[in-house]
Amino acid sequence: MVSPILELTNINKSFGHVHANKNINLTINKGTIHGIIGENGAGKSTLMSIVFGLYQANSGTIKVNGKEINLRSPKDSIINGIGMVHQHFMLVENFTVLENIILGFEGELVFGKNLEKAKKDLKNLCDTYKLNIDLNSTISDLSVGFRQRVEILKSLYRGAEILILDEPTGVLTPQEVDELFKILRSLNEEGKTIVLITHKLIEIMDLTSEVSVMRQGEMVGHTKTENTNKEQLAEMMVGRSVLLRLDKSELKTGDVVFKVEDLTVKDDLDVTRVKNVNLEIRAGEILGLAGVTGNGQTELLEALSGIRRVESGEIYLDEKKVSDSQNFLNPRQLKEKGLAHVPEDRQRMGLVTDFKAYENLIFGYHDQQPFSKSSILNHKDIISHSKKIMEEYDVRPQSPNLITSNFSGGNQQKIILSRELNEKPKVLLVGQPTRGVDIGAIEFIHQRLIDMRDRGAAILLVSVELDEVLSLSDRIVVMFDGKIVGEKENKNVTDRELGLLMAGVV
Amino acid sequence: MEFLSDIASLINSTLRISTPLVFAAMAGIFAERSGVIDFSLEGKMLMAAFVAAVGSYFLGNPWLGLLLAIIACVSLSMLHGFASVTYKGDQVVSCVAINILIIGLTTALAAAWFGQAGLTPTLTEDQRFLEVNLPFAESLRDVPIVGTIYSDILSGHYVFVYLAYLTVPLVFWVVFKTSFGLRLRAVGENPSAVDTAGINVFAMRYKALAINGVLIAFAGAHLSTAVNANFFREMSAGRGYLALAAMIFGKWHPKTALIACLLFGFTDALQIRLQGVELPAIGEIPVQLIQALPYVLTVVLLAGFVGKAIAPNAIGQPYIKER
Repeated sequence: MVSPILELTNINKSFGHVHANKNINLTINKGTIHGIIGENGAGKSTLMSIVFGLYQANSGTIKVNGKEINLRSPKDSIINGIGMVHQHFMLVENFTVLENIILGFEGELVFGKNLEKAKKDLKNLCDTYKLNIDLNSTISDLSVGFRQRVEILKSLYRGAEILILDEPTGVLTPQEVDELFKILRSLNEEGKTIVLITHKLIEIMDLTSEVSVMRQGEMVGHTKTENTNKEQLAEMMVGRSVLLRLDKSELKTGDVVFKVEDLTVKDDLDVTRVKNVNLEIRAGEILGLAGVTGNGQTELLEALSGIRRVESGEIYLDEKKVSDSQNFLNPRQLKEKGLAHVPEDRQRMGLVTDFKAYENLIFGYHDQQPFSKSSILNHKDIISHSKKIMEEYDVRPQSPNLITSNFSGGNQQKIILSRELNEKPKVLLVGQPTRGVDIGAIEFIHQRLIDMRDRGAAILLVSVELDEVLSLSDRIVVMFDGKIVGEKENKNVTDRELGLLMAGVV
Repeated sequence: MEFLSDIASLINSTLRISTPLVFAAMAGIFAERSGVIDFSLEGKMLMAAFVAAVGSYFLGNPWLGLLLAIIACVSLSMLHGFASVTYKGDQVVSCVAINILIIGLTTALAAAWFGQAGLTPTLTEDQRFLEVNLPFAESLRDVPIVGTIYSDILSGHYVFVYLAYLTVPLVFWVVFKTSFGLRLRAVGENPSAVDTAGINVFAMRYKALAINGVLIAFAGAHLSTAVNANFFREMSAGRGYLALAAMIFGKWHPKTALIACLLFGFTDALQIRLQGVELPAIGEIPVQLIQALPYVLTVVLLAGFVGKAIAPNAIGQPYIKER
């Protein structure tokens, strides 16, 4: 007999002019694993933050076990058995696991008896769900996967019957994802209800028994997972049919145009982040660089694009040395030599978000003909160029005068991509090209990168999305702890193999 | 035995001079551990000194003066909270505003009430705190070592001196051994973690600021109703800033902050002692040079010796829940 544990009726929520949730109705049955899928910005996280009491809905009702509840703060939802594991962990990094878990639920003014009881209870919970956490370790010493377990343990200790997980796999290696799913299944067997928020179709198919789809702030469908498939779900998410597989032509490589020899790079805190890296990229190939965030990819990209100083080693473009520890070209000089860079953090390094779209569309090339003559910008030509290129790259809305921060993530990325690709670079460095980008735009961006490759550009693709690396690259290298720990031709490589390399196991 | 009594009097003055620094540093720890920058220790100390002196003068009781000083400082802390916690203003700007306001306000009020710009009337013995002689101090004075330590160093201080050094272990206990302390430290490191644990971030910061106000009031009252018998213009003389430096030097930790305060107090005691003393080979050191010693030490310590002081992670950032 299924009974609803959580019922949402007509939930509305606006942030300023953005209507993030429109008349949402959702019923979650007790003891199920319920998936909520939708693109970035579809309103999934907002909805769940309302259920967790972090945001207050403008209107609508929430019932837990058939009883209407009033959520003014997370305290109210915790009392009602709702727990949430946020995308960005809500942990105090210099606290121990124990301190983080009891925070707010100390049960006593001065630490003593209850602290001992908490330790015992937590040990029991760890054993029951095989969480394997040392309560005395400090959060900053733990891997991302373990931090997530601490979040789960925290919710369980606070008495969660409904556990909401917001994009839990974004930061995990495939092996860690397996571990997480094992834990979630065992929680489910013990009778807990799990709500999984994700934009990854495969996770919905793997784990959930029921699924709800959101699009642009609205709930567009509910179904049992066994009655649907990936293609159907993707279509519901985007609102039109989507190509999930890329068409890629046969590889035709030319000479090596970009070469990195023995490169070592330090970060701002003087920690060595890139250690003796060697890379070669040929014309007409995409080299994928996989790795868990924070293993030196950012510093590598910055050094290659001329933003960060090289500690030792050399970089060659077209067989000519462009950078070593003594002499290096700045980003502008590199640009003139045919190197384009789509940075990882587009809002910080790729765009001036307070500028208008047309300004960002020519930025870095603004001193060239026809955009400027004798240091004076040629407004008319810039606007007509912007209109043309926005149409070509399907940037929506097509208004060059709109402030850049008003475009969605996907369209902001298209603005950068169109600017950099328009110059037909010989070498293209791309960092996280589809982070926070919706499926429709992902498809478009991927196709453009393939086109560039077919036209003979050498492309370095740095991405933490393993699926992206696998579907685009001709060759894949894996980075761990600043070193290249493996290189594979992209034929019959599985994400498992790469996952082991990414975790530094092999 | 001249040397020994010199050392004893030096330690004695170190304890006295460090007292306002200790109160102020402990006050700073509460505010900053909760994530709120407190640059306004200086202004609040000055306010407390003024209110305590005026209060004692009119009410005839230094304890009532202290009470009024506490009320005044807690109000100023709440003002700082209102601007920077509730209305998410810039915390440094709010502090600077308070500091400037108090310098002007105390001078102007003194002029209006007592006819002398920035000076309050001298307090009688009934209206101020007197030195406390510990029991048996006189009879033990002649016992070697013990007598020196007990009678010459520990006895004969103002009540605030004893309170200051009792406050330090109390602060340590509250910050590290109670659930309030856990929440306090968490709210300065990651307010989102505190919010999602069902605790009100704003209420936590206001509570921390209230404690901050109480503690800093003691520092001001010590200046105007104990070591001095009146308030004079800008009498806090940078002690609030020095305490802030000591707190940073002590890495926001009561024990190490105490050591820093004592060190600053010691250099100050030393400079007073060294004034006019002829040193062999060098001769008499100019007073101005010696007076600069504590400040030079601050700069040197902060710049070089301490290593990187890691502030609470969320310090200076107003908490914004919804994007």
